[in-house]
Amino acid sequence: MTTAGARQPQPELRQFVTPEGVDLRLRIGAAGERAAAFLLDAVFLVLALTALTLLTLFSAGALAALGAPDLRNGLGSVMLIVWLLGAFVLRNGYFVLFELSPRAATPGKRIMALRVAARDGGRLTAEAVFARNAMREIEVFLPLTFILGSSAGATDPIGGWLVLLGLLWTGGFALFPLFNRDRLRVGDFVAGTWVVKAPRERLSIDLLDAQEAQGGGFAFSPEQASAYGIKELHVLEDVLRRRDKKTMGAVADRIRAKIAWRPRDGETDAAFLAAYYGALRGRLETQLLFGRRRKDKFDLG
Amino acid sequence: VRGDLQLKSQRFRAEREWDWRRLEGLLARVESRSAASLTDEELLAIPVLYRATLSSLSVARATSLDHSLIDYLESLSTRAYFFVYGARAGLRQRLARFFTETWPMAVRGLWRETLAAFLITAAAALVGYLLVAGDSGWFGGLVPGGLTEGRDPTATTAFLKSVLYSSGGKSGLALLAAFLFSHNAQIAIFCFALGFAFCVPTVFLLVENGLTLGAFFALYASRGLAFQLGGWLFIHGVTELFAIMLGGAAGFRIGWRVAFPGDRSRLDAAAEAGRSAAPVIAGVVLMLIVAGLLEGFARQLITDDLARYAIAGATLTIWLGYFYLPRRTRPS
Repeated sequence: MTTAGARQPQPELRQFVTPEGVDLRLRIGAAGERAAAFLLDAVFLVLALTALTLLTLFSAGALAALGAPDLRNGLGSVMLIVWLLGAFVLRNGYFVLFELSPRAATPGKRIMALRVAARDGGRLTAEAVFARNAMREIEVFLPLTFILGSSAGATDPIGGWLVLLGLLWTGGFALFPLFNRDRLRVGDFVAGTWVVKAPRERLSIDLLDAQEAQGGGFAFSPEQASAYGIKELHVLEDVLRRRDKKTMGAVADRIRAKIAWRPRDGETDAAFLAAYYGALRGRLETQLLFGRRRKDKFDLG
Repeated sequence: VRGDLQLKSQRFRAEREWDWRRLEGLLARVESRSAASLTDEELLAIPVLYRATLSSLSVARATSLDHSLIDYLESLSTRAYFFVYGARAGLRQRLARFFTETWPMAVRGLWRETLAAFLITAAAALVGYLLVAGDSGWFGGLVPGGLTEGRDPTATTAFLKSVLYSSGGKSGLALLAAFLFSHNAQIAIFCFALGFAFCVPTVFLLVENGLTLGAFFALYASRGLAFQLGGWLFIHGVTELFAIMLGGAAGFRIGWRVAFPGDRSRLDAAAEAGRSAAPVIAGVVLMLIVAGLLEGFARQLITDDLARYAIAGATLTIWLGYFYLPRRTRPS
């Protein structure tokens, strides 16, 4: 991370060097994103379970209505078997099967642009996926039983204290990700995995190819073109990509004041900013080729 | 390459953009469907394009100040990395490997923990037996109320005996098997997960299991039915108890390594323990399917004591042979 350059220090970035020797700078999934992904998955699971229940109930009812009355019991138990096994597979298989797929993410994680990866950079094995999800038993289901048990313990003071102790104990498992830097939950800890951001960035146009930048006619002196550093260049890039009129106006005015630029007739803010972006980037990239990385406008070498 | 590009970084991008977009398209197809949806030529192209993209990323970081371009290359390289270095063995291959190597080797690797789980269960069963044999009042304290179903010291001998040989209505057998399986498998997974709390809860689960076992034996022995109970219990119990002990052993492995990581970091030790124990638990779930079928069907249909013991002995031989007989392993 020594070459992070002008970017802000980002505590969620992790060095991750590929066998080819390039640091991919993985981003750790934040606790909030992880929780949101889990809640989404929980909703999907409950929906699937409800669908399974309704499906077995309806099909049992429909089949029994067709057949003789003594068939009803048999069909009822067949449907109950389907439900029991289906619920077991859903509860234990949902996370495992999705995380074994090429994207290594459950639907909730996909929505939050997360994926599971082995911490050592190796392949994500079935063992690791199985281990990290078996641990949900103590992270999710155990605290749940204590929460459900709390209503039972409410009438009796000793039972209440026991439930409270149990909640504290199991809460420690559930909140484990908040107490370590890599946001590892107990399952990640035991399986040697972590959850990282896997966004699908689109390749947007190079701002130098944009319409405004093609206008030409802007000539900046070397002093004007070296008023800023890389940090300001990236801010300018964000402003140009967002294309918010008010911000562009304000930024253009600041830059014009700083470099003492006299606007010409009919000069738009967008055209000026695009042209200045091209000049500044050209200047800074030339410096890069000579091994000089100018962090920001205060960095005068 | 267009001639009107002013900056080196612009030309750099124009020269390579086509490769990046091709890699992106291939990855999208792999991720949404599977590697099988690509031709051999396309599959072979991915690692090449991946390395090209990775080198583009290095160059871009050093020479380009286009922020969004670097973000794009980082995300594309990461996606490609996970594909190129990810596991791509087919499901059938993986399953075959699991049964021939992974599972038995993982079980063998846990022999110390398995022995400990066995000794704990056996000791607890002995204690349960001695307590109830000495004073039948202990029975209610040792056996959870829901498990007795009327089988307690006040029950008549005839009733106790009838439970051992009742067929329970043939239509309900499959249901019973399914229920027993999902219940026991959930407990085994729980046993594994609880190991994380430094083994303590796993020991409790095993001790409780053993005490119940011993208490039931003492109850039936007091009516001269110990031999019959053994047949009723071990026809499926060999598989089920073995599975539960393996579940406990897997839990012990994790708890022990987390508590005493040795000369490795706690993080590495825990990860190593989790990965080595996970196949055991996956196998335990399979064993419990077998146990559920034996308990739900075989026990209800076979009421001859000797036949029950014969099945118990056969399953024990099969499991022990499968797990512990030395065999040639493929060099990996």
